Amino acid sequence: MPSTMGSATRGDLPQAGTARPTTTTDGRPEAVRPSTAGDAQPTIGMVQLLDESGVRHPDPEHDRWLTDLDDLDADEVLLRLYEDMVVVRRIDAEATALQRQGQLALWPPLLGQEAAQIGSAHALRADDFVFSSYREHAVAHVRGVAPVDLLRVWRGVTGSGWNPYDVNMATPQVIIGAQTLHAMGYAMGILADADRGIGPKADEEGTGAAVAYFGDGAMSQGDVNEAFIFAATWAAPVVFLCQNNQWAISEPVTLQSKVPLVARGAGFGIPGVRVDGNDVLAVLAVTRAALHRARTGGGPTLVEAVTYRMGPHTTADDPTRYRTADELEEWKRRDPVARLEAYLRSRGALTEEVLAHVKAAADRIAAELRAGCTAIEDPPALSVFEHVYAEPHTTVAAERAEYARYLGGFADAHAETTAGSADAKEAAR
Amino acid sequence: MSTLTLAKAINAGLRRSMTEDPSVVVMGEDIGRLGGVYRVTDGLQAEFGTRRVLDTPLAESGILGTAIGMAYRGYRPVVEIQFDGFVYVAFDQIVSQVAKMHARTRGDVKLPITIRIPVGGGIGAAEHHSESPEAYFVHTAGLRVVTVANPQDAYTVIQQAIACDDPVVYFEPKRRYHVKGEVDETIPLAETTPMGAARVVTPGDDVTLVTFGSLVATAIDASVALSDDGVSAEVIDLRSLSPIDHERVAESVRRTGRLVVVHEGPRQAGVGAEVAATITERCFEHLLAPPVRVTGHDIPYPPAKLEMHQVPDLDRICDGVDRALGRVPAGLQGVTA
Repeated sequence: MPSTMGSATRGDLPQAGTARPTTTTDGRPEAVRPSTAGDAQPTIGMVQLLDESGVRHPDPEHDRWLTDLDDLDADEVLLRLYEDMVVVRRIDAEATALQRQGQLALWPPLLGQEAAQIGSAHALRADDFVFSSYREHAVAHVRGVAPVDLLRVWRGVTGSGWNPYDVNMATPQVIIGAQTLHAMGYAMGILADADRGIGPKADEEGTGAAVAYFGDGAMSQGDVNEAFIFAATWAAPVVFLCQNNQWAISEPVTLQSKVPLVARGAGFGIPGVRVDGNDVLAVLAVTRAALHRARTGGGPTLVEAVTYRMGPHTTADDPTRYRTADELEEWKRRDPVARLEAYLRSRGALTEEVLAHVKAAADRIAAELRAGCTAIEDPPALSVFEHVYAEPHTTVAAERAEYARYLGGFADAHAETTAGSADAKEAAR
Repeated sequence: MSTLTLAKAINAGLRRSMTEDPSVVVMGEDIGRLGGVYRVTDGLQAEFGTRRVLDTPLAESGILGTAIGMAYRGYRPVVEIQFDGFVYVAFDQIVSQVAKMHARTRGDVKLPITIRIPVGGGIGAAEHHSESPEAYFVHTAGLRVVTVANPQDAYTVIQQAIACDDPVVYFEPKRRYHVKGEVDETIPLAETTPMGAARVVTPGDDVTLVTFGSLVATAIDASVALSDDGVSAEVIDLRSLSPIDHERVAESVRRTGRLVVVHEGPRQAGVGAEVAATITERCFEHLLAPPVRVTGHDIPYPPAKLEMHQVPDLDRICDGVDRALGRVPAGLQGVTA
């Protein structure tokens, strides 16, 4: 797959942080903020197939990865992407509301990143394996994670909302960038398996691949850079999918890098592709190309999906302290869902029937999400001692027994230690 | 029965695990063509190939993260950290990922990773090559931590660690790498001493001397010296530092009434503190004297020409026993080792 670096540029996007509040809301002088002087970055070509108005532009190099869109049932393919984008935006909004209502401890919204996630996730095969950060709810949705399982971690009842092996996707990683190495190692496992005759081979339908999702902030982490080195050295079948959403909490991408993030790949010997992350078709095409390269022995690819986190970092964040309303408005013009809608409309595919169907699907999933969330019970107290080790461990066993004795001294001890505090409260009534 | 150095015994154990289980892979810096700076992996790459014995780029966090991914895929990686002082750059992957993954995923993801770390001083090495970082890992839930003191254990425990479904930090006392001992390679793993069990290596009645790794041999020597002095010391090799076989130690202290814990690592919040506290909790009424710790000082590991002041030796162990026995001259009471 040829690198698209240097190819024609369409729709250059503004760098985050280049337009700032002149005074900060906390009254601190602007001068204490990191300087953005000299932040002008060289222009690098960006793959874009749907422009901001939803107009489709032919691009033979990338269109060849979208042959299913040449078929008679292309609308069906496009509508699947559209429905997923609408549904995950609704899941995201519902989860944000659930946090505001005290049902979730925290939620990291994906608003604005639907195309980057849905487009890339639709490129995956079932035997691929995803290692993500904590914002890839849409990827998890496409992998088959039940919506309510997305919430469990954020409700604070578990460290992991699903079994990674059920959907071939690891559960959210909170340590920034740590998962890129796990993806790299998993890819080494794929190669080792292929050597042993396990699974498909590179010269047949292609091996499985690992995909690491991470953000612009993670590009500064040592682990991510180490993952690039290891993967390049060993030609591991891994795709590094960086969603550059412009902001790492309050830090603009210009604080992470003096060069476009995608340009980092070259120094590691990894081809880089910069794609308009709000263009679902372009993301789908470049991810398919990168996966094909990985599967057939070509090694890793760095994809930089240029997008925007329209919401806060998490529900605990206040973006008005560090970025302007104008910047947000500028990116709303590039809204990924609206863009696909415009394209579908131009094809005559967005019928009233379709709109009603998609709305009904989103409504149904949102209602299920809410009901499922509030029905999640707190786990029993002594479950904290479970699974610390896979095999018996005398220290944990002793401490469990000691804590059980302590809990046993309370009047509602039985319910507390066996059925969980939610049931205990019920029993106490 | 064969006579092997401790390093060769680990090598033999690795070879056996790799032969019996095709999911075992070995990775680290300089471990392939060179066979490791201590030659512990000597010959393994030639025998098992470059896909199972991987020379990695020089990035310890990268090595651990790679091992995690391979374990995710069903492999049993054995990672070599070249020297004790190099493990800290991999600390996040070990503490935040390796240790927590099983609990995080409620048992869905197992990471049977063995992390081999040459440990300890007394070899005249440069900075960062002589440390005893075991307490960091003992303090981390989700890890098992073991040490070996002789070739037989080295051979057996490395196989137990690899077979264990939990991540295991396996400390190799580099000062003892070249010491030879008898190794019986015919004992089935299931019939060997369990990985978590402490072992009495010298029976005794007057004082319980608890140690592990490099200092087991020194403690045995001390027990001989003490016996010349009419003191019968029971030497216990902890072998496992997480979990600690407290009951084995308690059983001994209930007989001797006196406890001396010996290790190279710094004293503050070290393994000795844990043993002393637990034994005080469990055996308070049997203790005839406060537990004594003979350990490295709470200082950065000193330059080679001064390291004899950091690593406990036979005399410091005997001094610790003297204090436990109340045999220190009155003028020196309260002065710690």
